[in-house]
Amino acid sequence: MLHIVVCVKQVPDSREIRIHPKTNTLIRQGVPAIANFYDMHGLEEALRIKDQHGARITVITMGPPPAEKTLKECISLGADEAILVTDRKFAGADTLATSYVLAKAIQKAAEEFGPVDLVFCGKQTLDGDTGQVGPGIACRLDLEQLTYVEKVVRLDVEKRRITVHRHLEDGVEVVETRLPALITALQEMNKVRRASLPGMIRAARYKPIVWTVKDFSDIDVSKIGLKGSPTIVAKSWVPEQKPVDGEILEDTPPEEAARQLVDKLWETELPEKLGWDAEREEVAP
Amino acid sequence: MTEARNPNTEPDWSEYRGVLVVVEQREGKARPVSWQLLGIGRQLAQKLEVDTLALVMGQDVEHLAREAISYGADKVYLADDPVLKDYRTFPYSRVCLELIREIKPEIVLFGATYTGRDLAGAIATHLPTGLTADSTMLDVEPPPSRLLLASRPAFSEKMVATILCKKYRPQMATARPGVFDALPRDPSRQGEIIPFRCPVKEEDVAARVLDFIQDEQKVHLEDASVIVAGGRGLGSPDGFKMLKELADALGGVVGASRAVVEAGWISHDHQVGQTGHTVRPKLYIAVGISGAVQHVVGMQNSDVIVAINKDPSAPIFKIAHYGVVGDWSQIVPAMIEEVKKRRGLLPVEKA
Amino acid sequence: MAQEKFDAIVVGAGPAGSAAAYTMAKAGLSVVLLERGEFPGAKNLFGGVLYRKQLEEILPDKWKKAPVERRVVEQRIWLMGEESAVTLGHRNEAYKEPVNCWTALRVKFDQWFADQAVEAGALPIYSTVATELITEGDRVIGVRTDREDGDLYADAVIIADGVNSLLGKSLGIHREWKPDEVSLAVKEVIALPREKIEDRFNLEKDEGVTIEFFGKTSLGMAGMGFLYTNKDTLSLGIGVMVNHLKKKKIKPYEILDHVKKHPMIRRLIEGGEVKEYSGHLIPEGGWNSVPPLSGNGWCIVGDAAQLVNFVHREGSNLAMTSGRYAGEAVIEAKKRGDFSQETLSLYDEKIHQSFIRKDLVKYKGMHEFLKEEDPDLLFNRLPQAANQALYELFLVDGVPKGEKQKKMLNYLKEAGGGAWGLAKLGIKGWRAMNG
Ligand SMILES: Cc1cc2nc3c(=O)[nH]c(=O)nc-3n(C[C@H](O)[C@H](O)[C@H](O)COP(=O)(O)OP(=O)(O)OC[C@H]3O[C@@H](n4cnc5c(N)ncnc54)[C@H](O)[C@@H]3O)c2cc1C
Ligand SMILES: Cc1cc2nc3c(=O)[nH]c(=O)nc-3n(C[C@H](O)[C@H](O)[C@H](O)COP(=O)(O)OP(=O)(O)OC[C@H]3O[C@@H](n4cnc5c(N)ncnc54)[C@H](O)[C@@H]3O)c2cc1C
Ligand SMILES: Nc1ncnc2c1ncn2[C@@H]1O[C@H](COP(=O)(O)O)[C@@H](O)[C@H]1O
Repeated sequence: MLHIVVCVKQVPDSREIRIHPKTNTLIRQGVPAIANFYDMHGLEEALRIKDQHGARITVITMGPPPAEKTLKECISLGADEAILVTDRKFAGADTLATSYVLAKAIQKAAEEFGPVDLVFCGKQTLDGDTGQVGPGIACRLDLEQLTYVEKVVRLDVEKRRITVHRHLEDGVEVVETRLPALITALQEMNKVRRASLPGMIRAARYKPIVWTVKDFSDIDVSKIGLKGSPTIVAKSWVPEQKPVDGEILEDTPPEEAARQLVDKLWETELPEKLGWDAEREEVAP
Repeated sequence: MTEARNPNTEPDWSEYRGVLVVVEQREGKARPVSWQLLGIGRQLAQKLEVDTLALVMGQDVEHLAREAISYGADKVYLADDPVLKDYRTFPYSRVCLELIREIKPEIVLFGATYTGRDLAGAIATHLPTGLTADSTMLDVEPPPSRLLLASRPAFSEKMVATILCKKYRPQMATARPGVFDALPRDPSRQGEIIPFRCPVKEEDVAARVLDFIQDEQKVHLEDASVIVAGGRGLGSPDGFKMLKELADALGGVVGASRAVVEAGWISHDHQVGQTGHTVRPKLYIAVGISGAVQHVVGMQNSDVIVAINKDPSAPIFKIAHYGVVGDWSQIVPAMIEEVKKRRGLLPVEKA
Repeated sequence: MAQEKFDAIVVGAGPAGSAAAYTMAKAGLSVVLLERGEFPGAKNLFGGVLYRKQLEEILPDKWKKAPVERRVVEQRIWLMGEESAVTLGHRNEAYKEPVNCWTALRVKFDQWFADQAVEAGALPIYSTVATELITEGDRVIGVRTDREDGDLYADAVIIADGVNSLLGKSLGIHREWKPDEVSLAVKEVIALPREKIEDRFNLEKDEGVTIEFFGKTSLGMAGMGFLYTNKDTLSLGIGVMVNHLKKKKIKPYEILDHVKKHPMIRRLIEGGEVKEYSGHLIPEGGWNSVPPLSGNGWCIVGDAAQLVNFVHREGSNLAMTSGRYAGEAVIEAKKRGDFSQETLSLYDEKIHQSFIRKDLVKYKGMHEFLKEEDPDLLFNRLPQAANQALYELFLVDGVPKGEKQKKMLNYLKEAGGGAWGLAKLGIKGWRAMNG
């Protein structure tokens, strides 16, 4: 049977993050944590493969213990097993250290539940927002790397080949490659299902598997957490909104407002900037 | 050993010199972000007093190597090989890795495009080194520190963070399209083109690019000089027809807020903002868009911002240079008329 | 898959449902706690006063850990004029130890309270809506939900789905509430720095104040407003009887906007940032609107059963206590192996013997009184007159005190339709308050 691993991260709901008006620091307190929504599209695709071909799905997250909630959500949708990789020593990881630990966890999952054929990641996380962890894992585990996938077109389990649509700026690339592969999912890929009631009950009773540093036999502690992270956040600040003292027309009849507006644009030499000078000559008097 | 190594001293990076820009192309056409990166890359190189380097990979892409020189590269490494015809992570990343290991640049820059992110993520892990994603500001500390200061939005664009990579070389970053300025193209510039081998044979590559489905409809917001963007205030998908008309009259394209993309009124390619495109046109007209931060971060650097919204307290007015409070469905048609008239696009009426 | 059956399903993880689930789970019953919100409390709202006694009765060891805002040391009542108020209040250090009540926010409290039930063994199923009861003859045997394969079976169902009680309606013990049986309340949570709150309301550390106000602020409709201090927010809201809202065609938020401009309120909330805005119904039918409380395989608790003492803004405590009683009845039913009405009516008995029935019966005339009396008289003319009268009393303007007294009385008489009218009103009001 196929074994699919889905990497899911729990992230703070960025809509709820505020900046403290005085200290300019982030107020994270009370910000609800949600499953990174791109990752859930990855899970959905894994579930569809499971529905069609039969598969065992293992969800892995690295994060603090409350991430258990996200894992249970994955179980409710139909994942078979969920693993929480958690340890203080993992904290402070950048993408390099994160992909190291996740790769180790996937290897361990392969040892315990069978070789891994496919790994799904999200396109990017809402908080880290890099999209680098997926390629990082692929590289470490020598998986074929299929990023920004908007559709899995074909999966030939026998021949172990997969064909996908990769999203690019100006079109869609059709790529075929071998398994094992790693796919990073876009939201266009599918519509995430809603859990069934039996799924909800299973999740409510489910206890995720927890792996800490000690559970790994071969982890190099110099490569994890803050220590294993080459990038350092030197400083962060709230970007200053450039004060714009705009001219805002209120209570002006629409035609008049439109005329004044276009006047302004012409006054700011828009036609020159856009290279319309030549044609302006042609305008009938 | 007589002297204990001081663990606090920085490793010796003196072997690593130069700023390398990885040029992205498809079918022999370069992405504009590559030239933008050469623009900023050259500035960094000048501060560091080193060369601006470029890497061009592909098949039959020598002309791009010359273009890279016109846009500011001093030396261009050219990996021209049939294996590199289509972008595939494995062969492309091997070329980059070998080059980086051989020429040891101190900084490597990629466009934060789909391909650029795919490639940079793989390379950074292999080397390994730190990689800053999606930078919107790039600077260097002058010698002797020579540190790359890569700044990027964080936490839904609510903050900006400067990220350093002190203990590894090269320092790598992907940078957003449309944020940096390219140098004016100068075909008379001189530079050196150095061929570079592709270490991978076709039979070692598992992935095949079977097809490319060009999306004719696809807009290129990043390259547009005029964007007319619509939001939920349009009331229905039909509103975009009128915006298209205004955009056409202005020689521009249509953009959108996430709210309407999610509502299915228009495709995701049109979305401006944090989870859409970052744009910097000469003129940005926001119609029926409230101006949520996540939208604003994607367009606030436009030269001229115009807002049309019926709610005078809509936050979009805070960043607009010109604004009209009112119903778009009355104002936009009048604008179309007015613009067409001035551009002589209307049939001249007989007196 | 053979359909699994639980001992009990609790629908709704508000104070009533969580109390019931906790009580049963602790006794070892298999319990499902069903909640439509993403988590308990996600969308729940109340004014903000939480009472200790009834919580302590349920969680004797853990109540101290409840996430609350401030200990209430002072309660104020304001009778609002146009730009004035007649005030009454009581502050007492004795309310601190043992604490009488706290201000609280439901988002935090409901979540915590439900967590206690879950820790005790209840199975939490959230983001799931109960759509109807599954019945067999006149027995309730389970709950249908809006999820795929969504039927759940149990020996007993505790209906704790709040004032709108879909399930109560599906069971036929409820009808749609009449507009005069419910108030619509709107509330804002307004963020303000701690120090500002403590300064403005004369508080220290975790001390809190409640203000209830009525009069001109409800625009001539029967209504009560409230302003409570939380740690670094204020809860400001007003509830108005739905029949009056309908008649006047005023939107609830317009009333709240009006309230925010009143000089007594304005300066207390000044500089605050509105963090949340929400609306909710309050059952105000009183004892006469309480439906049958139990039947074969079910009990109904809390707001779903109209168990609210609106005169004293007590609801959550009645909800918790009724939930506990229903839970206890189901535990007994499990012991006897009989979930018929006969055993479950133990729940009715417990309610009847408790403060819940006694208080609701005491005020049972109140609903009629408010329904019948002219709201303009009670909430506009009389409060205004009282304000004018006191204005007169404290104004030193050379008018002899005797004349002033006459003037004061006149204001009241005029507003109340003469001395006789006023006396009648007084008697009616007294009766309404005393059964
Ligand atoms: C993680 C995350 C990422 C996001 N990324 C993005 C992003 O990339 N891009 C993005 O845009 N958003 C993004 N958002 C969403 C963003 O927060 C806003 O919800 C969204 O931008 C709102 O879109 P809108 O302005 O079209 O709609 P609304 O906020 O509903 O505004 C509609 C506006 O139209 C006006 N209006 C109504 N009728 C008329 C009329 N007849 N004439 C004139 N004006 C009228 C109204 O006054 C109002 O101001 C993101 C949110 C999150 C949480
Ligand atoms: C403005 C206002 C101010 C108030 N002030 C106070 C006060 O200061 N002090 C006080 O003690 N009381 C106050 N009350 C009353 C108090 O809030 C209620 O009496 C109490 O919350 C009732 O608890 P409950 O558990 O019965 O119902 P609720 O708290 O309403 O809980 C019902 C739960 O059921 C869930 N639910 C509903 N339908 C379904 C369904 N079909 N499927 C699944 N789940 C469902 C809901 O999401 C909710 O979580 C106030 C009420 C209001 C509206
Ligand atoms: N801590 C984590 N646990 C599990 N998966 C993760 C974690 N961090 C990142 N990922 C996966 O990697 C993808 C890209 O993340 P990022 O590089 O942080 O944008 C996410 O969408 C997830 O699928």
